[in-house]
Amino acid sequence: MKLELGFIEIKDVQFSNECAVKDGILYVNPDQVKEFVYENDDVRQYLKSINFDIAKPGESVRITPVKDVIEPRVKVEGPGGVFPGVISKVDTVGSGRTHVLRGCAVVTAGKIVGFQEGIIDMTGPGADYTPFSKTLNVVMIVEPVEGTKQHDYERAVRFAGLRAATFLGELGRNVTPDEVKTFETYGIKEGLEKLPGLPRVGYLHMLQTQGLLHDTYVYGVDAKKIVATLLNPTETMDGAILSGNCVSACDKNTTYHHLNNPVVAELFEEHGKSINYVCNIITNENVYLADKQRSSDWAAKLAKLLDLDAVIVSEEGFGNPDADLIMNCVKNEKQGIKTVLITDEYAGQDGKSQSLADVSPLATAVVTGGNANMVINLPPMDKVIGTLDYVDIIAGGHAGSLQPDGSIDAELQIITGATNEMGFNRLSAR
Amino acid sequence: MSFRVVHYINQFFANIGGEEMAHVAPELREGAVGPGMAFNQQWKGEAEVVKTIVCGDSYFAEHEKEAKEQVLAWVKEAKPDLFIAGPAFNAGRYGYACANVALAVKTELGIPVLTGMYVENPGADLKDKVLMVATANSAAGMRKAAPAMAKLGLKLAKGEPLAASCVDGYMPNGVRVNFFEKERGAKRAVKMLIAKIKDEAFVTEFPMPNFDRVEPGKAIPDMSKAVVALCTSGGIVPKGNPDHIESSSASHYGEYDITGWDALTAEGWQTAHGGYDPVYANADPNRVLPVDVLRQMEKEGKIGKLHNKFYTTVGNGTAVASSKKFAEEYAQKLLKDGVQAVIMTST
Repeated sequence: MKLELGFIEIKDVQFSNECAVKDGILYVNPDQVKEFVYENDDVRQYLKSINFDIAKPGESVRITPVKDVIEPRVKVEGPGGVFPGVISKVDTVGSGRTHVLRGCAVVTAGKIVGFQEGIIDMTGPGADYTPFSKTLNVVMIVEPVEGTKQHDYERAVRFAGLRAATFLGELGRNVTPDEVKTFETYGIKEGLEKLPGLPRVGYLHMLQTQGLLHDTYVYGVDAKKIVATLLNPTETMDGAILSGNCVSACDKNTTYHHLNNPVVAELFEEHGKSINYVCNIITNENVYLADKQRSSDWAAKLAKLLDLDAVIVSEEGFGNPDADLIMNCVKNEKQGIKTVLITDEYAGQDGKSQSLADVSPLATAVVTGGNANMVINLPPMDKVIGTLDYVDIIAGGHAGSLQPDGSIDAELQIITGATNEMGFNRLSAR
Repeated sequence: MSFRVVHYINQFFANIGGEEMAHVAPELREGAVGPGMAFNQQWKGEAEVVKTIVCGDSYFAEHEKEAKEQVLAWVKEAKPDLFIAGPAFNAGRYGYACANVALAVKTELGIPVLTGMYVENPGADLKDKVLMVATANSAAGMRKAAPAMAKLGLKLAKGEPLAASCVDGYMPNGVRVNFFEKERGAKRAVKMLIAKIKDEAFVTEFPMPNFDRVEPGKAIPDMSKAVVALCTSGGIVPKGNPDHIESSSASHYGEYDITGWDALTAEGWQTAHGGYDPVYANADPNRVLPVDVLRQMEKEGKIGKLHNKFYTTVGNGTAVASSKKFAEEYAQKLLKDGVQAVIMTST
């Protein structure tokens, strides 16, 4: 399957009377975006208000509590549309051509749903840890209707963010991209013919599926109801996988991460040179032992069926999913498929504790995104988008995290994307 | 002001002699001797070896207690800002002496210590207790070892926090420290995978630790007389979380009284846990802390009694060391209260 990505570099975002992309500037009329976002039953029923703001790299701005981050994209050629099964109708995506508004993102924020939402600082020490301090962010501050249940609220926020990103992505449909890149993987026979002798490599992509704020959607299907299955890597670039706003902010894979999956990107860099990048195997991280066993069995079975020589396994979340991670490692290693795992660590604030909840001597090759328990001080910012009301109770915070001067003492896990387990960042630990 | 350093070396590096002179007793010399001069050169006056202690390797091995006492007395008198031993390279007894003498100075006198040796030197068994620079396996490695030890030593003397082991050049000591790599994680993973496929050398970023396994306790012969307590890492707390147990990485646990509660209610209780969907636990907290079922068993005489207190924390993102500390403390309270069995619920 072959996909062309056309990157439109966004250099600035401005509020305006119109909505357009001109000369690298994204002009946003919040009322028009809001109108489109509200054309959805859940959003209408459960969201009392949506307000827009803009946060740019280097500004003294703190965004919290952050739920999801989404990159605006639009499908311009080929079957389907972005976010299939959710925003567009169900159709296999990942071929043809898609335009990307690169350098900007939609960020959903506002009143808390659970405990897992995070912080994005656009400057200062916190900015070094989140990739979203480098994007031009169109922030949506949402407010639920009084009495809205958490599951309904989460769904409404998710749809609101996706709809806004879809609307903004559409503005890039007729814009000539600054750069076009092509990504292609082959069928089994074709791959063997075209890339003879190259090791066959797959990407075992673990999706967080533990429940509210711990869910992921694939073509609109709640991934806790799937068995392990196959995806063309390019399908993820069209939004086949969406974040259900999951786990601690630091190691949740936002929708932005899925669209720009770094493992997919880095495997494509080596594809045809040192490896034959065959496909992605997606699997889930359910809470029941039977599900863990079934899903890891299936993932390993598919890897064997495809005659893979090696897989990279990426985790999402920590603790309970460490068990899935180790099962995925052990079952593949035992059938002779070499593995590299990407995880992060909870080694305690002093770094002296055991980092993972499960381990195996077969996990000989591990990449770490850093210790999420590390304590960080975030100095006050001139402006807060959203609210600081929940800083003490979201994961990574503690009673007294928020200081009277607006600074925050908290663990790194409070920062959106800080210890990402797809290997999105340079942060690590030894 | 220059930082004061005391340096420990063996008979060989003091130019007294080799194996035939390994019996010499500890001796105190003014200023730097042998490798100490290489440190001084690196420090350019910022720090200086003020005293050198020389001790024969056989003497240390055969008179460890006396040797340590003598070294400690001299170091105490010299009041240094830093104590350095070695480097010992692959000399086994020298490495053993360096590591143990440094550990004694650290624990007895509270002075920062540093040593250096080859990773397979038996002295390196103490690497989690004494900071060590990994050196080559022979004294030919001095040219690389001296600057590395001098740099790290100066950092210790200044009281600066350590960077990650691979950045500051010490042997991994079980303390995980964050730092920024040159390449992002996914790129490092792909490189590691290609090396692994080709059977080339690679270094894992997280070596697998040894797991702490706990033996199950003995079975209780007669449950109908047993006092049973409920404990949980599922974060069940009184409504409003009065003790502010964190939603992740808990710093403490709670002790709460359930006298008079036949079952937990949504009005009285909730979860503080940030790692799972709280909706169902909040609607019926017995799902996580099954007070309702235990009360029923109490009535039916299946258990003797449900203990009137329960202990609770949030397991989410909480360090094993913290969990261990909490349990060690409240297990004593349970024992004191005559509890024979605990049902620990996780989430």
